[in-house]
Amino acid sequence: MRILSIKDILFKRLLFVAALLILLICAGIVYTLVSGSYGTFVRFGFFHFITSTAWNPTIGHENYGALSFIVGTLLTAFVALLLCLPFSLPVALFTGEYFRGKKIASIISSVINLLAGIPSIVYGLWGFYTLRPIMNHLGWGQQGFGLLTSAIVLAIMIIPYASSLSSEFISMVPKDLKESAYSLGATRLEVIKNVTFPVAGMGIFASYVLALGRALGETMAVTMLIGNTNNLPTSITSTGNTMASIIANQFGEADGLKLSSLIALGLLLFLITAIINFIGKMIMKKFAA
Amino acid sequence: MKIVNSLLLATVAIAMVACGSGKKQHSTLSLAGAGGTFPLPYYTLAFKTYLDSNNVNVTYGGIGSGGGIRSLKDQVVDFGASDAFLSDKEMATMSPVIHIPTCMGAVVLAYNLPQVKNLKLTGDIIADIYLGKITKWNDPKIKAINAGTVFPNKKIIPVYRSDGSGTTYIFSDFMSKVSPEWKNSIGTGKSLKWSVGMASKGNPGVAGTIMQTDGAFGYVGSEYAFAQKIAYAQIKNALGEFVVPNTESISKAALGDMPADTRCMITNSSAPGAYPISCFTWILIYKEQYYKNRTMQQAQGTVNLIHWMLGPEAQGMTEKVNYVPLPAKVIANAEAQLAEVTYKGRLLTVGSKAKSAALTK
Repeated sequence: MRILSIKDILFKRLLFVAALLILLICAGIVYTLVSGSYGTFVRFGFFHFITSTAWNPTIGHENYGALSFIVGTLLTAFVALLLCLPFSLPVALFTGEYFRGKKIASIISSVINLLAGIPSIVYGLWGFYTLRPIMNHLGWGQQGFGLLTSAIVLAIMIIPYASSLSSEFISMVPKDLKESAYSLGATRLEVIKNVTFPVAGMGIFASYVLALGRALGETMAVTMLIGNTNNLPTSITSTGNTMASIIANQFGEADGLKLSSLIALGLLLFLITAIINFIGKMIMKKFAA
Repeated sequence: MKIVNSLLLATVAIAMVACGSGKKQHSTLSLAGAGGTFPLPYYTLAFKTYLDSNNVNVTYGGIGSGGGIRSLKDQVVDFGASDAFLSDKEMATMSPVIHIPTCMGAVVLAYNLPQVKNLKLTGDIIADIYLGKITKWNDPKIKAINAGTVFPNKKIIPVYRSDGSGTTYIFSDFMSKVSPEWKNSIGTGKSLKWSVGMASKGNPGVAGTIMQTDGAFGYVGSEYAFAQKIAYAQIKNALGEFVVPNTESISKAALGDMPADTRCMITNSSAPGAYPISCFTWILIYKEQYYKNRTMQQAQGTVNLIHWMLGPEAQGMTEKVNYVPLPAKVIANAEAQLAEVTYKGRLLTVGSKAKSAALTK
């Protein structure tokens, strides 16, 4: 008995240390980002930095602002979310409701999950060699490069995140609820509209927040397709740049104020992701109550 | 538990095997360097050959020229490597450093116009394209210097590097020398503020975008362009000649006037037949090799390695990986600097003398 309790205490301590370690690592990352970006915020001021569209690395004329990249990041991520909706929701209903437990559903869901396992550079290559010529042919974007091209590839990349989780939540809707609706004479569509969605709604919403988070941070595929111009995008087909993409592109040979500005962009990206997660949680809480 | 134990055993076994094989390759000396990615393919080949023939293990980290200089400053490497020489200001903050050029390269202007086999360009025209003043391939300015060539009425799509790069630095250095307008509006740097066109990452990215895009135009490192089947332009040099970039014309760029320590950009060279957007890449070492408890053996090994890099065996290898060997004049220049390297104040021996000195020891 005594030995067991010692084991128990040890295990508890171990869990505590593991949890604390994660907290410390997270705090360490925030500390590094804040101390690294300090120079930029002192030089330009926080609000000026996030509202300025300047990005001039020429020595002597150095001037950096984050607005172009914030807009580029949010625009591509939200357009990707919008584009993925008409695909991921039907897939979720197909695998979670209509053909739940059938062989075809498991085949489709494993194919969709396979999409999540493809490295982003492969999506980038596909976008560069297949999607871009099509976009160019349609006259969208500059030579096929642009926000829309990257948003389309992003949409495909986040479909598995959105659909597999929502499918889980849809299949978890209690059978009794659905059957009572059927017994009242509801059609399948009416059951989905009035029973499945209201019950699984929060879970579906959460899966889209997760998908959005993925779209915000995606780097490689976006870099290859967005055109990498450091200007404020004028339309959805114009070229631009995202925060993750410019950091990946420029950190290698950066130093001084430029490096500090890139780290500041990293901090802002961290904040934006945190804010979006927070808003998502607030909405969920409000509706769940 | 059994599985865990056997896994542990396997790991230990693998580790032991790995250590064993590591010992087998044991060499008398190992040297470490870090710096630019531009010469990385050449250095990899050269250092591998050096290990095979001289049993000296040289590791090189392609961490960027800036990183190479920082590593040398922190005295954590035997040599640094850089595509840009140290400015007087940087030199002042370090103990004396010497620059040894190891090979040459260039930046070529690649284009995608399948019907145009020969394209001549001047610095002014390139500036006008990147400033958005010339937007069509059949612009009168382009036609004027390319008599007899039929140009399509196509949009020019300028492409540039999205990442910070020595290639951008060398290209913009040449452009700032030949176009005052470029100097005032775009300037010189590893990454710049561009007004028109689109950006791609790395030489492969820029070359890929150009090859994929009808009417595209952009600057690519010669070591990458020569390895690819990509069309590139003849550029007007300081003497008014239109020069095709190749081994010979790039090498000639080093024959212009040059300071004894080789610290200069050889863009827009005044030598006849020189390709104007050429460059050196340097290895940087401290003139006094005793620092951070380095041994005499390490110091002598570093000097021997660099002497070998300047010799015919290593220089002959440059072209295999699409770089350009140094002309004799520059090698003599570099050897003269190498001869001044000391260890604890005493001159180190270079070349054949070094070998006999090592034998008598």
